[in-house]
Amino acid sequence: MRSAWVIAKRELGSYFTSPIAYIFLVIFLLLTGFFTFTAGQFFERGEAALGAFFGWHPWLYLVLVPAAGMRLWAEERRAGTLELLMTMPVTAWQAIAGKFLASWIFLAIALALTFPVALTVNILGSPDNGMILAGYLGSLLLAGAYLAITCLTSAMTRNQVVAFILSVVACLFLILAGFSPVTDLMARWASPALIDTVAAFSAVTHFDGFQKGVIDLRDLAFFLSVIGFALFATNVVLRDR
Amino acid sequence: MRPRKLGPRMIRIDNVVKTFGAKRAVDGISFSVERGEVVGFLGPNGSGKSTTMRMITGYYAPSDGRISVGGHDVVESPLAAKRLIGYLPENAAAYADMTVHGFLAFAAALRGLAGEAKKRAIARVVERCFLSSVLHQSIDTLSKGYRHRTCLAQALIHDPEVLVLDEPTDGLDPNQKHEVRNLIRELGKSKAVVFSTHILEEVDAACTRAIIIDRGRVVAQGTPDELGRPLDEVFRRITSTDTFFGGPDTPAGGARS
Repeated sequence: MRSAWVIAKRELGSYFTSPIAYIFLVIFLLLTGFFTFTAGQFFERGEAALGAFFGWHPWLYLVLVPAAGMRLWAEERRAGTLELLMTMPVTAWQAIAGKFLASWIFLAIALALTFPVALTVNILGSPDNGMILAGYLGSLLLAGAYLAITCLTSAMTRNQVVAFILSVVACLFLILAGFSPVTDLMARWASPALIDTVAAFSAVTHFDGFQKGVIDLRDLAFFLSVIGFALFATNVVLRDR
Repeated sequence: MRPRKLGPRMIRIDNVVKTFGAKRAVDGISFSVERGEVVGFLGPNGSGKSTTMRMITGYYAPSDGRISVGGHDVVESPLAAKRLIGYLPENAAAYADMTVHGFLAFAAALRGLAGEAKKRAIARVVERCFLSSVLHQSIDTLSKGYRHRTCLAQALIHDPEVLVLDEPTDGLDPNQKHEVRNLIRELGKSKAVVFSTHILEEVDAACTRAIIIDRGRVVAQGTPDELGRPLDEVFRRITSTDTFFGGPDTPAGGARS
């Protein structure tokens, strides 16, 4: 645990010593602002809720989370520091957990900086703050699931661009499996049971509950198992060198 | 500090094989290194030096055979073995965005050092590797010599009993080479040291024993005197004659000196 934390601290430090962190935070906040207030028609809705804000997260994270996580292992491979790290007295799990945690904390910081949105609805109306908190929890888990997938693709290559593209495609699948235009298209030929099965793999389906303020154990289990599975696969990929 | 026991061989390599697909990069190598020895690992480029070192340090798992470090099998108890080893990888990889001090502190923390012990360890290796003038500089701004020494300092941070150095003098200027050879000889008095090189003078300058490998096999080993002189001629003769695979080869056979 101590070793994992040592690795996590180094990784977090390297976000903030390079311009990546600041560029990422600015772009993240600009885009959340734009999608919420302009594209999401926050004011026109006239609701004291954050549906306009959270509803965009699966799409926003599709690009931003792989961008934040693509360097995790690809950069270690490219620079040759993977060899250094793996010959230190740490297990692969400690290294994987440390790196994942560092990136997740970074994404949590970005998400926490969106607090003015929550403040705004509280000033303009009286929203259900429990619902907002559930939304934030769901959003953090969603980011974690995308991030774990990015860890996996990043471990497979020394090229960050390849890692980025692969993880965007994999995350896109997690969205599209439950995206209504896709499920409607499938409804023409597939049985409802099949559609439900495919939709059950969708991050959007499981994220919806959180937006409504419902913390369902099944949704929690979904996100945690995506994270667990992707990190387990990362371990397999890293072991096979 | 640590008891100076002259017990089991610090590094023991037993009939080790490493295959990558169809290629046998290391093909049945056996040797051992005791405390107080500096073993020079020689061979043409691509002869399996780095692969062997990566197996000793636990980066690659051997396809066959056994390796133990300080009595710990590197596959069965990797952490115990890794704790005893200080490793300088080829090309001296280091986290470019960190400062020298930050990097050494990171390595020390991963080695389980904290507080005063960590401070003392950093001060010791900084002095030993002449890094005080660049201590707070970021690694990507360093010259190759300093980068190399930073990575070497990382390998020495926990005062390991076993040192594995992959081409420690590669890319250094003659003065720096001289310093590093002296350092290796000095360290070899109390530790088991293996270093790879294709510079033959280094065998005379720093080694108590040399092992020459070619195409993944040990073709000769012994003290520099036992191997015969002049050394580069011996080297060229045994690494170029293609006795194991029978294929034609040019007289120089990729041997570089």
